[in-house]
Amino acid sequence: MASGPRRYGGRMADGVVIRGLVKTWTAKEGPVHAVRGIDVSIRRGETVALLGPNGAGKSTTIDMLLGLTRPDAGTITVLDQPPRDAVAQGLVGAMLQTGSLVRDVSVRELIAMVASLYPNPLDVDEALELTGLTSLAGHQTQKLSGGETQRARFALAIASNPELLVLDEPTVAMDVEARRSFWRTMHGYASRGKTILFATHYLDEADDAADRVVLMAHGQVVADGPPTEIKAKVGNRSLRATLPDVDIAELIALPGVAAGDRRGESVHLVCTDSDAAIRALLDRYPGARDIEIQGAGLEEAFVELTR
Amino acid sequence: MTGLVYLRFELRRIFRNRRFFFFSLGFPLILYFVIAGPNKNDHDFGGSGISAPLYYMVGLASFGTMMAMVSSGARIAGERQAGWTRQLRITPLSPRDYLRAKVVTAYTTAMVTMAALYISGGILGVGMPVRTWVEMTVLILIALIPFAALGVFLGHLLNVDAIGPATGGTVSLLAFVSGTWFPVQSGFLHDVGQFTPSYWLVQAGRIPLHGQSWGGFGWAVVLVWAAVLVVAAAYAFRRDTGRV
Repeated sequence: MASGPRRYGGRMADGVVIRGLVKTWTAKEGPVHAVRGIDVSIRRGETVALLGPNGAGKSTTIDMLLGLTRPDAGTITVLDQPPRDAVAQGLVGAMLQTGSLVRDVSVRELIAMVASLYPNPLDVDEALELTGLTSLAGHQTQKLSGGETQRARFALAIASNPELLVLDEPTVAMDVEARRSFWRTMHGYASRGKTILFATHYLDEADDAADRVVLMAHGQVVADGPPTEIKAKVGNRSLRATLPDVDIAELIALPGVAAGDRRGESVHLVCTDSDAAIRALLDRYPGARDIEIQGAGLEEAFVELTR
Repeated sequence: MTGLVYLRFELRRIFRNRRFFFFSLGFPLILYFVIAGPNKNDHDFGGSGISAPLYYMVGLASFGTMMAMVSSGARIAGERQAGWTRQLRITPLSPRDYLRAKVVTAYTTAMVTMAALYISGGILGVGMPVRTWVEMTVLILIALIPFAALGVFLGHLLNVDAIGPATGGTVSLLAFVSGTWFPVQSGFLHDVGQFTPSYWLVQAGRIPLHGQSWGGFGWAVVLVWAAVLVVAAAYAFRRDTGRV
């Protein structure tokens, strides 16, 4: 029964609206400003990635969105109501960042119990099928592997057939194949008109799976837009080559190069346009060898963006 | 409705947990036969006026049920660490239904322990009028209220590393001062012991035999502890889950 996004008076209803959200934790070393005033809106039916390095404030934001943590300031509405109300009505499903399953129950019993807490759940067989757990349904939860446990946790999140599905770094414990099949499943769920918000620190996941990317760093939203736009912003590439006897300043002046340094005989260049940079480099310094071009890590990209 | 679903789930899990059954049920039973068995024919144990099998049946029932109630705290602490408590908080299951399931599960395990000890007592020759069995059982169940709250309190206060020593130590100490292991009729231990709820838990098994119930002081001690620990449990639960 695929239902499209609900509409009120022709206007698409809001999935999530976050305004001026602030959360500061008290630690022994002093206050930790986890979230410093963010504004995010998500329409119904949208799939949005919350992208950022560890410590960006993603999990804290998600905890407040689910009503697990109280904001110090600001407001959140989930499907046009306060988070706890939306949760109490069974409109929200979530896969939290950490969590194992309780023991001494089978996978089916666990999913069936959680599903039956909700007014409008998925059929248990359907939830098992969607997450590829049908053949493991009778297994005790403590006997599952790490990847299977993640799938079971995903099944718990969708068992309630939620309007809003929240996933906090869902693929952390998965290998490449599991990851691919996970995102396939999630796409299938999104195509039922559901709103999805997921946190990740992998740019590629955000790029592949989301309609929109909200980029967070140091507790703030530093960019918000389509994946292609975000990718262009943080998609710096790093170029390494063995090239002795050339002044690093000359290399930094090449087209497409933003910064660079020398380590012995090798040079390391941060490129905004690696295509232009590699052409210019080989054109002027044909002696360059051992050339490697890699996507720069998010952490490096954020350092650039938030400078 | 959702509360019942969750309760059934909790009960099913507890009855499948073999380690739990060994420690909660097997342990008091073994102790009972080891301690009371050889003194089977002692009809005035330690000057208490009670036979040794009855004395230890009541003593170990109080120890075993205390342990069963407080060990719900260990399960809560484990589930908190596993992230299960947070997972439940993003379902429509209400805090009331969650806590009720925990308490009912603890009471169920306590009653299974009690039944096993009653049967063992029967084997060692303990016999009483039905009315006395019932009266004793009801008083024990009432005296366990503070321990139900203590389990929830400790489970939401302590982490997994601290909960074992905390519950084990608390129960052992309470059992010691309350006359679980040997009669405490007078002196310092008795003076301190009678202010603990566990003392009255042990007395619950004795006083019906003499034809008297707890008396005003006993009721006051049990009810004050129940009130204090229920408030403490509510505080720990709220603080832990951020609901103020």
